[in-house]
Amino acid sequence: MRSPSVRSLPALVLMMLVAGTAVAQSPTYGVGRTPTEEEIRAWDISISPTGEELPPGRGTVQEGALAYRRTGCAGCHGAAGVDGRAPRLVKQDAEPTTNPWNLGRILPIRAPYATVVWDYINRGMPLNREGTLTADEVYAITAYLLYLNEVIPEDAVLDAESLPKIQMPNRDAWAQVPDWQPGQPRLPGYPY
Amino acid sequence: MGSQKPDRRGFLKGGAALAGGLTLGATEPAFGQLPHPHRYIKGTDDLVAYGGRSSFVTSVRIAHPPDNRPSPDAFGLVFHVAAPLQDSVGMITPSSLHFIGTTRGSFVPDIDPREHRLMFHGLVDRPLVFTMEDLKRLPSVTRPHFIECAGNRSSPSHRTVQETHGMTSCAEWTGVLLSTLLKETGVKAAGKWIVAEGVEEVKGASSIPMEKAMDDCIVAYGMNGEAIRPQNGFPLRLLVPGFEGIFNSKYLRRIKVVDRYYMTYNDYGHLDRDPKVAALGYQIGPKSVITFPSGGQQLTDRGFYEVSGLAWSGGGAISRVEVSTDGGRRWADAEIQGTAYRMAHTRFRFQWNWDGNEAELLSRCTDEIGQVQPTRSQVAAYFGAPEGRPFGVPGQDNSVQPWRIASDGSVHNAIT
Repeated sequence: MRSPSVRSLPALVLMMLVAGTAVAQSPTYGVGRTPTEEEIRAWDISISPTGEELPPGRGTVQEGALAYRRTGCAGCHGAAGVDGRAPRLVKQDAEPTTNPWNLGRILPIRAPYATVVWDYINRGMPLNREGTLTADEVYAITAYLLYLNEVIPEDAVLDAESLPKIQMPNRDAWAQVPDWQPGQPRLPGYPY
Repeated sequence: MGSQKPDRRGFLKGGAALAGGLTLGATEPAFGQLPHPHRYIKGTDDLVAYGGRSSFVTSVRIAHPPDNRPSPDAFGLVFHVAAPLQDSVGMITPSSLHFIGTTRGSFVPDIDPREHRLMFHGLVDRPLVFTMEDLKRLPSVTRPHFIECAGNRSSPSHRTVQETHGMTSCAEWTGVLLSTLLKETGVKAAGKWIVAEGVEEVKGASSIPMEKAMDDCIVAYGMNGEAIRPQNGFPLRLLVPGFEGIFNSKYLRRIKVVDRYYMTYNDYGHLDRDPKVAALGYQIGPKSVITFPSGGQQLTDRGFYEVSGLAWSGGGAISRVEVSTDGGRRWADAEIQGTAYRMAHTRFRFQWNWDGNEAELLSRCTDEIGQVQPTRSQVAAYFGAPEGRPFGVPGQDNSVQPWRIASDGSVHNAIT
């Protein structure tokens, strides 16, 4: 479901047909109003692993290093992403080849997609001034932090195109969540 | 309280004599000559308006003792607040004592419900925005459900049941079924997941499978007969019965229907390399704990005690609770109090005569789909962990909690 599968055209057509039949259901109560497109755009801050909702903008590692200080990140997380009052942002382990599960819970460094890093900075940072960063600043700070963690090179430029393509250390080495069904044990064969 | 009968009788006699000696006046009728309160609570406007508990009742929540994150942290933020289960009676946690789990501590949004909106969009036929008034027009349900934090894990350093298990609570929730709202918007065939998001500063969001969204989730505005408290998500929160606490988005403002697991920051917290561990960090397993007698309490005398506790499961209703008083060698069925509701705390009771010797009290439960609460060593054996070493139960820790009764009647956490 999550794998970046290539959808063939017939599959897409079939999907649209199925979707078309589902539309037949009409509202029962007629309560609530239809939001405008602008409202939905303003509220929708979700970022898919595909990055399809990422806004226009760009940022480099160098710009990120400046934005990291200018927007106040350094004040809590430390000048170099360590030794601040807030959680450290640089992995414990200097070896880039080691097991990503040993990198600590810093950043979402263990996430399979860099979109998770971008999304969290965008929705939750900085403390008490959430939502004040520009898209360019979020791209730049994401670039800087991923560079500090040896995920991307110093000359990397992040934008809506390049961010979802970043090869995170854990890109493929994680377990899918179970296919949940009501009334089923949480793990087949597990008696507890 | 637990004093022996001769003493108790002596006390009552003394009390009656004392009451008789008070200046009640010669005209006081004989049936009024009983011990009576010497003080009264003044009937203030506040007490008329909202009531309050006795000044003799001091049960309070505490900052949950952390395993690795200090609470309060370097910013003075308390992330997790634990409920005083040792004082609980029945199955409902009072709203004032309901546990709190947050991602950013003390910051509680102060939301004007007249301004609050809930938006549905994404892979729906009709995007819709609801006001609180809109939602209260729709058919509603009222159901008891527990919420438990994934960090609710007993450790040897914990002393009381509030420390070992206080990150679970059970309230009666009222609201609109999420399925009612999703049928109103219509869900496109490609819509296999929802992302539910709050309006608070980190705008916490979780991916929830459509099967669960359409099954029993509640968009809740009521808690224990009144509006949800701000710390619990006022004016609107999502109830995802039986799933780990973080899925129950507070301050709910947006539901996006999507085609895949969105790997939000909250979802990222569940990430694991082992599919078994990933599966167990989702829906909560069968779990129970004895709340009386529990760690830090004191048995005053040998003789009869009603042992009592709570059982719950993310898999459905509790069907059986067993209690052992000898460290797990022998087990006997406990009585389940009233109706065992699905994904709700269920009170159990067990009659016990303490002979004054050291004892170890345990409880274990079974849920309606046959899942049985394990001991830590049973889980360790399942995962092939080496014997004799401390073992962390993967996912939500639902292992059996032992309480050791010393011969002096003091009660201690016996988890290893």
